[in-house]
Amino acid sequence: MSDKGKIVVGVAIFAALVSFPFWYNTGTAKPAPELIIAPEAKAAGACVLPKDQMAKEHMQLLDGWRNSVVREGQRVYVAESGKQYAMSLSNGCLECHTNKADFCDKCHEYASVNPYCWDCHVNPKEK
Amino acid sequence: MNVNIVLSLVAVVVLGALAFLGGSAPVLQGVFGIMIPYIAFVMFLGGFIWRIMKWAKSPVPFRIPTTCGQQKSLPWIKHAKLENPSSGLGVMGRMALEIFTFRSLFRNTKAEIKGDRISYEWEIWLWLGSLAFHYSFLAVLVRHMRFFLEPVPAAIKFLEAADGFFQIGLPIVMLSGVILFAAAGFLFARRVATPRLRYTSLAADYFPLFLIMAIALSGMFMRYFLRVDIVAVKELTMGLATLSPTIPANIDPFLFVHLFLVCVLFVYFPFSKLMHAGGIFLSPTRNMANNNRAKRHINPWNPDLTFVTYEKYENTFREKMIEAGLPVEKES
Repeated sequence: MSDKGKIVVGVAIFAALVSFPFWYNTGTAKPAPELIIAPEAKAAGACVLPKDQMAKEHMQLLDGWRNSVVREGQRVYVAESGKQYAMSLSNGCLECHTNKADFCDKCHEYASVNPYCWDCHVNPKEK
Repeated sequence: MNVNIVLSLVAVVVLGALAFLGGSAPVLQGVFGIMIPYIAFVMFLGGFIWRIMKWAKSPVPFRIPTTCGQQKSLPWIKHAKLENPSSGLGVMGRMALEIFTFRSLFRNTKAEIKGDRISYEWEIWLWLGSLAFHYSFLAVLVRHMRFFLEPVPAAIKFLEAADGFFQIGLPIVMLSGVILFAAAGFLFARRVATPRLRYTSLAADYFPLFLIMAIALSGMFMRYFLRVDIVAVKELTMGLATLSPTIPANIDPFLFVHLFLVCVLFVYFPFSKLMHAGGIFLSPTRNMANNNRAKRHINPWNPDLTFVTYEKYENTFREKMIEAGLPVEKES
């Protein structure tokens, strides 16, 4: 005797598992999201940091702000240009970036990043 | 310095450097980002199946399980159902414990000469190290499915949340990645620190460890320090998964180091000792019930002989036997 029958079943399950992404995505895959910058943000002209730096470091910046506000009571951020900003997600960032769904959520969802900002903060537009 | 260690390390570094150079050149990004991943996938799946089917050809004439407990016997003798399984169910239990909890490694002992006598001691570190290594690797692998599935299934998001449970820093530290690197490092240190292990370790033992450590390091470097554009990364991987590959414009060349090393691991997998992943299912000393006495096992390569029974013999020679005065069973 040999166990070929059972082994073939096992190999078939393995092949189905390994190729899972190929048949899971057929027909449903969306293209990568385009970032939409709200008119208010465009009008403001510049963010607290240059654009590419924001793209890479916004999470660390916000993490730093959180610690600064909550633990040190320091609520003012001074940008390189000397301009002062309130360290606030709902009343700072979202004042210009009024389109949370298109500006934050789209990419986060696409990349399965689940920031816990919104566990506490609210989007003032959604109140 | 051990030549096996140096060679494996040099091989991994050269492969990584090669990928970085290739990934930095826009003309070669298609090779490293599209061609090689597809080749690696086909070679992994094809090689895996080929290797298993090669093993599947082996005949299984007789049951050869290692028996670590009392065989099924008389009703008042306690049967060790897992250590000496007599049925398919017992075998399944034994195999499940082997595959999910590495029971054989749990029993690892070490022999040492202490004073003037040899002493055997239970050695748990290999078991702990490999358990940490394999499960964190599994978590890392499943977490990476977020790059290949759109929309991302809730189960994968849940795993990510559990993995980053302690919310250390931002991007949140994924514990599985750290444990994977640490465990691979431990498995390497173990080989180097013990003289007997070092003596029996070959380049084929060090290379996969270095490769996996390099993969873990490059991944963590991208996530926590470079913070590569993750949307671009997913664009690339989704292109691969939907068979419409593209190279996004703002992809970080360092990604190709990680991706290429993973491809090397995939290609290397079916042709190396890493095939124990499939082989464990086919361990003949574990996956058979000990029913040699309870059931008849016929050797599959017995030649097809025609036997002459006594009845047939007598039928042929009856008259001559009666003539010679020999006793017969039937008179006519």
